[in-house]
Amino acid sequence: MKILVPVKRVIDYNVKPRVKADGSGVDLANVKMSMNPFDEIAVEEAIRIREAGKAEEIVVVSVGPTKAQETLRTALAMGADRAILVQVEDDVDVEPLAVAKILKAIAEQENPGIVMLGKQSISDDSNQTGQMLAALMGRPQGTFANTVEVDGDSVTVKREIDGGLETVKLSLPAIVTTDLRLNEPRYASLPNIMKAKQKPLENKTPADYGVDIAPRLKTLKVAEPPVRSAGIKVADVDELVAKIKALGIA
Amino acid sequence: MQEREDLAEIRRAVRALCEEFPGEYWREKDRERAYPGEFVDALTRAGFLAALIPEEYGGSGLKLDSAAVIMEEIQAAGCNGAAAHAQMYVMNTLLRYGSEEQKRTYLPGIAAGELRLQAFGVSEPTSGTDTLSLKTRAVRDGDEYVINGQKIWTSRAEHSDLMALLARTTPRDQVASKTEGLSLFLVDMRKAVGNGMTIKPIRTMMNHSTTEVFFDELRIPASALIGEEGKGFRYILSGMNAERILIAAECIGDAKWFIERATGYAKERSVFGAPIGKNQGIQFPIARCYAQMRAAELMVHHAAEVYDRGGNAGAEANMAKMLASEASWAAADMCVQTHGGFGFAEEYDVERKFREARLYTVAPISTNLILSYLAEHVLGLPRSY
Repeated sequence: MKILVPVKRVIDYNVKPRVKADGSGVDLANVKMSMNPFDEIAVEEAIRIREAGKAEEIVVVSVGPTKAQETLRTALAMGADRAILVQVEDDVDVEPLAVAKILKAIAEQENPGIVMLGKQSISDDSNQTGQMLAALMGRPQGTFANTVEVDGDSVTVKREIDGGLETVKLSLPAIVTTDLRLNEPRYASLPNIMKAKQKPLENKTPADYGVDIAPRLKTLKVAEPPVRSAGIKVADVDELVAKIKALGIA
Repeated sequence: MQEREDLAEIRRAVRALCEEFPGEYWREKDRERAYPGEFVDALTRAGFLAALIPEEYGGSGLKLDSAAVIMEEIQAAGCNGAAAHAQMYVMNTLLRYGSEEQKRTYLPGIAAGELRLQAFGVSEPTSGTDTLSLKTRAVRDGDEYVINGQKIWTSRAEHSDLMALLARTTPRDQVASKTEGLSLFLVDMRKAVGNGMTIKPIRTMMNHSTTEVFFDELRIPASALIGEEGKGFRYILSGMNAERILIAAECIGDAKWFIERATGYAKERSVFGAPIGKNQGIQFPIARCYAQMRAAELMVHHAAEVYDRGGNAGAEANMAKMLASEASWAAADMCVQTHGGFGFAEEYDVERKFREARLYTVAPISTNLILSYLAEHVLGLPRSY
């Protein structure tokens, strides 16, 4: 079985994002970029499935600028077998639907048993690509995976839902999106970083897959969250109740 | 400046590993003066300490420029590579001068981290940099050598399986050339401790696991000799350039850490209604340290390049070590000053890094000896000592 793992290059989770002065987006100049943490979890899970002898090959794919090659190399150094970069211009933001269409086209060529995606990227928190891909391909989906168990021609996914875990059994091929507690990703070892340099990285464009990535949405304005104003201290319960009443909350 | 992609990838991987060892981990080790074994194990498992060992012996066969990036990044992440850096370079003399059998016996174990070769017995109480006057004797007796004497500042001896030991095999008044008569041995400490070798820790101002090692009729097999008898001094000299370049890279990492911390604090800390970094009195020292660090960094890169090309990197390695250690110490001092009182609070890690950074204008060679080297060997001035 083959596993396809899409990965996205995003602002490192340790960096505090800053909004551009003109409000057109987030300032990415000279900001540390890393692999989306949920995607890292997806790569790790794919490697574990392969290590358990239930998959033979892991293909990582990124839709992004030239620099997304770094993200792919990191995935290769972790243990993925080969990579595909679907390259777009540096400042182009590809919306989830376009990414899902590209992934569908790649999946049709590669025929993976599982497409393992992060549940969302920390850059825009859309949480849509996996679900859209499942719909476009007409395949079952197990989103927000807490555990993943491959067994023959099916995969059992425990999903993190409000109030607990839901277990679903999907017949392969299927789409799985990973949640935070699925695993702890490994870091690349030096010998694997060296090996990763020899692994194939294919360069493609959205046009190669016949996908139009023109945005369907228009961003009007990006703004910093409003600064939270200071609270007030009340002396006792009576004063608290009076304040609440005065504010018209109760 | 765009870095070579392979180096950037190593940097990212080291940084990811180091993230699992935050300031809290190092503060606790520092408080207990404990060896950071978990950190060293993680570095070993990830193969970083085997960077310079050729692939045929189980390492990654990288050049010194990559090894330097590893050490720099460890320090820049706030960790302390001093606990492990020797595992990277002590094996150099074994690699260059050891027999094929010695290399096959030891290098794969060293590469895998099962064997730690990170103790280097050179300095003695009465001979520091004046290595040729060392007194520890190794006397051939049949198939063995008998060792007597004492070493000092032997770091990590308690956390090493093997020690590279320099001892005198021919009395000083009987040698043809003054640089001969010393021999290099690979001592199996697992057998030696308690059988003629005694290790005594020395408590120091920072957590450095350094020791004194005493030899009392220690018997080691003659096969422990590396290369030819009497040529040991020449062997260790060639290894010292690599050590100096790697330690210079660590200093660059430290300087980057201090500058990053100082800059972050200067932006956040607000006094008299504005961040302190708004004042030139705060900005200028940080900017100056940055410039000093960048200049030293260029020399470190240059030294690694000369070394990797196979040239004699003596002058460059020495200059890199001096400039980088001075840049890191200047940045350490600046970082404390920027933090004011908080620079002294353990919780900020600044005081710990400050103590750790102080070492490198002294070890592995002091600034004065570097200046003497440059004066004599580069500028052709008369020998001063």
